[in-house]
Amino acid sequence: MATYTGLSALWFSLIGLLWAGYFFLEGFDFGVGMVSPLVSRDDTDRRLCMNAVGPVWDGNEVWLLVAGGATFAAFPLWYGLLFQGAYLALFLVLIALIARGVSFEFRGKFDDPRWRRVWDVANFAGSLVAALIWGVAFTNFVHGLPLSKAGYTGGLIGLLNPLALVGGLAALAVFAFHGSVFLSLKTSGGLMQRAQRVARMAGGTAVVLLTATVAWVAASGRPWQSLAGALPGAIPLALGVLAVVVLAIATLLVIRGRDGLAFAGTGAAILLALGAVFASMYPAVIPASNGASLALTVGAAASHPYTLEVMTVVAAIFTPFVLLYQGWTYWVFRRRLQRPGAVAAPATGASGG
Amino acid sequence: MAVDLARWQFAIVTVFHFFFVPMTIGLAFLVAVMQTLALVRKDETWDRLSRFFGRIFLISLAVGVVSGIVLEFEFGLNWSAFSIFVGNIFGAPLAIEGLLAFFLESTFIGLWIFGRERLSPRLHLATIWLVSIGTVLSAFFILAANAWMQHPVGYTVEGGQAVLTNFWAVLGNSTLWASFVHTVAAALATGGALTLGIAIWRARRAPDDGEREAYRRAAALACAVLLVTVVVTAVSGDLQARLMDVQQPMKMAAAEALYNTQNGASFSLLTIGNLSGQPVFQIRVPHLLSLIADMSWNGQVVGINHMQAAEVAKYGAGNYAPILWMTYWSFRAMVGAGILMIGVSAWGVWLWWRKRLAASRWFRRAAVAGIVLPIIANASGWIFTEAGRQPWIVYGLMQTAKGVSTVGAGDVALTTAVFVAVYTILAVLAVVLVLRAARHPFDEIGEPPADADPLPAPGLVY
Ligand code: HDD
Ligand code: HEM
Ligand code: HEM
Repeated sequence: MATYTGLSALWFSLIGLLWAGYFFLEGFDFGVGMVSPLVSRDDTDRRLCMNAVGPVWDGNEVWLLVAGGATFAAFPLWYGLLFQGAYLALFLVLIALIARGVSFEFRGKFDDPRWRRVWDVANFAGSLVAALIWGVAFTNFVHGLPLSKAGYTGGLIGLLNPLALVGGLAALAVFAFHGSVFLSLKTSGGLMQRAQRVARMAGGTAVVLLTATVAWVAASGRPWQSLAGALPGAIPLALGVLAVVVLAIATLLVIRGRDGLAFAGTGAAILLALGAVFASMYPAVIPASNGASLALTVGAAASHPYTLEVMTVVAAIFTPFVLLYQGWTYWVFRRRLQRPGAVAAPATGASGG
Repeated sequence: MAVDLARWQFAIVTVFHFFFVPMTIGLAFLVAVMQTLALVRKDETWDRLSRFFGRIFLISLAVGVVSGIVLEFEFGLNWSAFSIFVGNIFGAPLAIEGLLAFFLESTFIGLWIFGRERLSPRLHLATIWLVSIGTVLSAFFILAANAWMQHPVGYTVEGGQAVLTNFWAVLGNSTLWASFVHTVAAALATGGALTLGIAIWRARRAPDDGEREAYRRAAALACAVLLVTVVVTAVSGDLQARLMDVQQPMKMAAAEALYNTQNGASFSLLTIGNLSGQPVFQIRVPHLLSLIADMSWNGQVVGINHMQAAEVAKYGAGNYAPILWMTYWSFRAMVGAGILMIGVSAWGVWLWWRKRLAASRWFRRAAVAGIVLPIIANASGWIFTEAGRQPWIVYGLMQTAKGVSTVGAGDVALTTAVFVAVYTILAVLAVVLVLRAARHPFDEIGEPPADADPLPAPGLVY
């Protein structure tokens, strides 16, 4: 039984890691989508923004799919009860991801300003809505949801409580910060300078909002803390505070013009924040705000050990390859994007085609 | 109410996904073959063709990807009781599909699109082959999950959940392998039919001999691929029918709307009237159903009435027959389309042999019209497979009505309506963009890979 607990705890952590990887990677895709209207002066700038994440956005999104699949396999009850509970919220995320996903592929297909405008808006709105709802959802997870035997039944309105909205805004600001730092690393010239300016503002905002979220969550307590195996509240709190501190340092680094280090900082802050979320939830997978015994726990939700063993073996063999070739992609596309020379751009803004 | 809505929603989002999936699988393979020919033979024409068809491939891929993301969560959204029941077994192939297949596809497609100038030609070729391998791997693992619902193996039921006891049994499921061969062959045939139709159409409109010759070559390649894969599809389909006769006899009877058990059963090509056993008009081929079902002239095919009684005895009172007009007609649509596809491709290969492939006006028309055949066959194949399993969601273990989420009917109706609206827009855009890409001027050599790019800068694709 001990190994069983070990395996399910392992898979709980791995799912946490998958989410952390997802938010680290797609976090800057979202951020680039959100700040693109702020930093772009013309169509070329907007194209540069899209191309900055173009080769990698789809691979980044797969982290979400694997997190979903792993949850399904390792914790069927978590997958089943969470997604039917958060029905409309998840649905909105899916629609946002559809809008974003096709915007990349369709934007360049007609040389018409209105057509491109539509996909610019789709990319912006898709990034914004998805980021906001993820932030709202994860804030609800750390804070706990009012649960009954049938899981969470409060609907979309129940998720949109004030604390969660602050958390959602914090996510927006953190991703905008992360994305604008990424842009300033991937672009050059005026676009890069504007991205740096936005990064400074987003950084300050993110620090304030994340501080508010961490403080509010810490003040509201964790009823499931009395469950066997729960980590002392100091651990998630420390991780949360650390995330804020690192984010503040990243803001200072951006002001100093150290973009590379700042990006490491925004990324680390995201990983730490997700660490705080999962450390706070454990051993609940859906924590209850209305009493410890109502929480859905790792033990109750986990698949049988044999499934977990199979999954562990498969993950151990194949994850290294995935990390290697995804890393290699970033290496291949490491160069900054250059704005094409003015002479090479005769057709800018031409309609029809 | 919520069950029916959830079924509609699931049917709509999966069939929509599967309009694009076979095109993606088929075109990824064909584009990879073209690019290989370009590199191995140092032949510019194949290079230009691979770019031309690559553009169409990317449109299909984009819509396939975004509609797939919805499906990954659809089980939790609308089928949460089902998800809880099967997660131990069903979740593993889904997670493994993500890890092995989706990462591969999505990462290397980025490298393929943006990497033309950055990677060596060999490495760039490798990226499209890895994408193609990814699409086939993804088919394998998702079909593993689906085959388990059709024919559960390697499990026991414990505490209200199906528990995995043998992972290899799940991967070795006979239903899976038959269905994998059938589905992938059908997907390659879909790519073949699409490429053939477009190439033949372009060959006629080509402004000069060189371009005409290029499209003729593409048409010949596509025609050969189509003929081989559609024959494999038919043969593997027959194998599936024989498995089905053993594993889901009710589905076999429903495919035929065969009420009473018969020896040497005939196959009805067409029925007018109703399917209740007293049709107004029918065309029947003697003994064919017995042949399909167990390869013998006088083999016994069990009828619906018999199966109904047997299942009542086994599982208790209830109606165990699927919706017959659905299974009957979808099966006929698939097989009919398959036979027509064999006809078109055999005709094409014969014309090619006589060196008249693009010259025959009637063949040109058939090839262009033939693009819709695999699309019809794919959709009706799935409708048959899935609707024929009803009322079961997991055959013999869980009924569909028990698998649904507790979400209110209003929410399901709302999300279904929005999906229909969004998918309609996507479908229209995809068709418009594919038509446009099919009219795109033949790529000039030295032209950057991006489409009609007003700003030809390295790395600027969107
Ligand atoms: C026989 C093949 C097949 C079948 C039955 C399905 N799919 Fe699919 N799916 C593919 C073959 C495929 C593919 C060829 O691999 C796609 C199409 C476009 C693409 O990029 O990959 C894909 C894409 C795709 C994606 C996006 C991957 C990405 O971002 O790269 C997801 C999440 C799913 N699918 C999930 C599903 C689910 C949950 C299904 C079950 C109902 C399903 N698919 C049926
Ligand atoms: C992409 C190809 C697929 C298509 C086109 C398809 C089509 C359909 C259709 C038409 C139904 C509705 C049947 C009915 O209610 O009468 C259905 C049901 C269902 N299918 Fe599939 N299916 C596909 C793949 C899969 C796969 C791969 C899985 C599992 C991995 C799956 C799982 C289900 C489930 C859970 C249902 C239950 C809902 C219901 O019964 O309506 N399907 N599918
Ligand atoms: C020509 C003779 C054909 C025969 C005898 C045949 C037979 C079958 C059978 C028996 C099934 C159901 C399997 C099950 O429910 O267990 C099936 C499913 C299916 N068929 Fe066909 N088929 C044929 C042609 C085609 C063609 C031409 C296509 C598409 C191009 C196609 C696409 C499909 C698909 C997508 C499915 C659902 C997936 C699966 O269950 O494998 N079939 N076919």
